[in-house]
Amino acid sequence: MNAPQRSAGAAIEIRQASKRYGAFVALRDIDLHIRPGEFMTLLGPSGSGKTTTLNLIAGFTDISSGALDIGGKSVTGLPSHKRNIGVVFQHYALFPHMTVGKNVAYPLSLRGIRGDDRERRVKRALDMVKMADFAHRYPNELSGGQQQRVALARALVFDPPLLLMDEPLGALDKKLREWLQLEIKRIHRELGTTFVYVTHDQEEALVLSDRIAVFNGGRIEQIGTGRELYDNPATLFVGRFIGESTVLRGASEIVNGDTVMTVGGDKIVAHGRLDGDASPVILLRPERVALKRPGSDAVSGENRLSGTVAEAIYLGSGSKYEVKLKDGTIAVVRAPLGAADFAIGDAVDLTFTPADLTLLPDDASADTTLT
Amino acid sequence: MSFSRVFLGLFCLLVAILLLAPTLVVIPMSFNGNKSLAFPPVGFTWAWYENFLTNPDWTTSFTNSLVIALIVAVAATVIGTLAAFGVTRAASRTGGLLRALLITPMVVPGVVLAIGIYAVYLDAHLVGTVAGFALAHTMLAIPFVLIAVQASLEVFDRRLETAAASLGAGRLTVFRTVTLPLILPGILSGALFAFITSFDEIIVALFITSPYLKTLPVQIYSSITRDADPTVAAVGTLLFLATSLIIIAGLLFGMRRGRT
Repeated sequence: MNAPQRSAGAAIEIRQASKRYGAFVALRDIDLHIRPGEFMTLLGPSGSGKTTTLNLIAGFTDISSGALDIGGKSVTGLPSHKRNIGVVFQHYALFPHMTVGKNVAYPLSLRGIRGDDRERRVKRALDMVKMADFAHRYPNELSGGQQQRVALARALVFDPPLLLMDEPLGALDKKLREWLQLEIKRIHRELGTTFVYVTHDQEEALVLSDRIAVFNGGRIEQIGTGRELYDNPATLFVGRFIGESTVLRGASEIVNGDTVMTVGGDKIVAHGRLDGDASPVILLRPERVALKRPGSDAVSGENRLSGTVAEAIYLGSGSKYEVKLKDGTIAVVRAPLGAADFAIGDAVDLTFTPADLTLLPDDASADTTLT
Repeated sequence: MSFSRVFLGLFCLLVAILLLAPTLVVIPMSFNGNKSLAFPPVGFTWAWYENFLTNPDWTTSFTNSLVIALIVAVAATVIGTLAAFGVTRAASRTGGLLRALLITPMVVPGVVLAIGIYAVYLDAHLVGTVAGFALAHTMLAIPFVLIAVQASLEVFDRRLETAAASLGAGRLTVFRTVTLPLILPGILSGALFAFITSFDEIIVALFITSPYLKTLPVQIYSSITRDADPTVAAVGTLLFLATSLIIIAGLLFGMRRGRT
């Protein structure tokens, strides 16, 4: 195998960590445990604290309070150049006065690795990112995607137990981004290094991660696998940030232990009830909804919401509809191939079962922090 | 369209002639057969070049200027570069204030500085000493280094330093392997400016000179006022050639760097 040797990844333990800049609190009491060899993504909108967390791990900023252990040892006060962590930046940060080969050799020279050994490791790292033919080029002769692959090779060539990536694909176009996501996934699988990846792109997080930590306003809202976050969001913010969704609001009451909400005159039943006395909202995923013509046969136990098609988009793999409900809410619906077609202006019923719904406490900040 | 191009070309040529003419006039004058600074020259002789190279008045003043300018280039480059780091990396308001303060020697009329320096030097016994010249000229040269290096630092991407640190480089290593190579063009042009500032400085030099220590500009000035022989034209021609060579070399070096 061409890749650098498999190294044992480092565990990261963050306990009650806060970071303040003067009066501004960038991080409030976060707890995060990352397992050795795990691919952990820190996901959130800009200013949510995800990059601050990465900078704390990298040693670019100091923690204001709390504890941070890497590989079982406290790193408080340890400067970044002594932490032995690979870092990949959004802006590549290749040294413009050095060739690709020299860039990748740089961390090895600093570690006293010279001669044939260094050459061999540089070549192995460049092979891993498929850039071995470019060793004699300068960074400004490469495209963005090529530069980022070199940066990845440079961050991994010294076999660090931990690799941090700060929106590494943010400056690249969609096709290239998708291809590099798979490359990063493959390299992670081959190396066994712990990867911590920062992004604001929830799709990217779902593609790459073993687990995702969702950040909002300097706190972690939820940590879990992509499936857990999508199917069982703990907060409205997570529900809205991961995947598409429609949020239903209305007066609600508890009937036989279930929540019944009135949305634009239609009654919707969701299983269970919220603990405490927060007012509930209902989260509805677009692919859980089936569109039917009004008046078509009702299935027992089914929820129905009537509305009018406001937008119909053919996507090839299916169709996407925006349906305006009677209370003015725009509901997003994805219909699979073969489902009945509807045109703009058609009256339709949205049908779904109580089990398709997620009941969450309302949270106004979920609306304002999403941009 | 083509008319305006021709017109612009001719205009540029005119400006170039205007800028170059005084310099170019010196060249034929330096070969004047008569012992007078006259244009157009009469006859042809190398005698004034010979005089410059053999007459101790000229050779010692030239050596003095060279030694002082070299000391100034080194001192002003080190101090000016450090100052540029301070100014660039201080908070923006503090930095702006410091910068304004540090470039005052460029703005204050030379004669005002010269009077001040002369007054202090009389007490300190620095008149007519190499140390005195080096000190005064370093002060005058620092702003040029500051401006040149600061321009480099402003386009230097500090995130490269963060990246180098993450790869295992301590602060000194980061400076030596990343920062310094990338701002070197600014430092070199600052050093060149410092050298030239000292080498052709006349106002302060006239105040702090003594019969025992003259710099080349002082010697040229006294020669003009006393003998007015074409040796000054010969000196001017040699300096013109030397600076042209330095600038051409600099341009070639810049082009080579620009390509990589």
